[in-house]
Amino acid sequence: MAVSIMHRVTGNGLATAGALGLIWWLMAAATGPEAYATFVKCATSPVGYLVMIGLTWFFFQHLFSGLRHFVLDMGAGYELRSNKSWSIATFVASLLVTGFVWLIIFGKAL
Amino acid sequence: MGTGTGIGRVRGLGSARHGAHHWLTQRYTAVGNLLLVLWLIFSLLSLPGLDYESVVNWIANPLVAVPMMLMIVSIFWHLRLGMQVMLEDYVHDKGLAFFSMLLLNFYAFGGAAAGVFAIAKIAFIGVVKP
Repeated sequence: MAVSIMHRVTGNGLATAGALGLIWWLMAAATGPEAYATFVKCATSPVGYLVMIGLTWFFFQHLFSGLRHFVLDMGAGYELRSNKSWSIATFVASLLVTGFVWLIIFGKAL
Repeated sequence: MGTGTGIGRVRGLGSARHGAHHWLTQRYTAVGNLLLVLWLIFSLLSLPGLDYESVVNWIANPLVAVPMMLMIVSIFWHLRLGMQVMLEDYVHDKGLAFFSMLLLNFYAFGGAAAGVFAIAKIAFIGVVKP
């Protein structure tokens, strides 16, 4: 059940904060160096990093629970035990990939 | 109601018969997002820098600008369908439901237009000198 609720929560989080952030980034790049500098300043503030890391996790959680939905759409994976283990797997996978992505980012900065 | 009687359809009750299309489009755009957002993340991770000039010169490449525009359309289409379902579940007042759909459509089409415009401007004009 948690994975289903999280699909909705992550989806709406991405649809609002994620989409607006993406548009802000593109609009800033289209406007010029000063607007882009303002975006970078906000994005690389502590809150900015928190939001970006959160959105990365939201994206991968939504991606993996979305893939789970594709499997369920095909009529597979409804047995209690496999349903539970795949639900947990979406959380494990999303956290691992998020950690991996940010390890690359912070690794490059070092 | 359910499958809808004649009078029910006249009153706008019951199935509008748009459900299957909504459901399928949600999945088509999901696959679009899966491919295109992963592409964006991989690209951003492999770019040498994320400063203004690197990013603008990268987006200006047609092989980047076109998938980026497709990504914007896919994202905003998908979020419009997804948020619609969420609002239908939680907003019960008829007037408020109508108003929330109005706002959602403004947001989805406005956001997509802004994104596509920004990419087009970058692609056609490139780096702007301060």
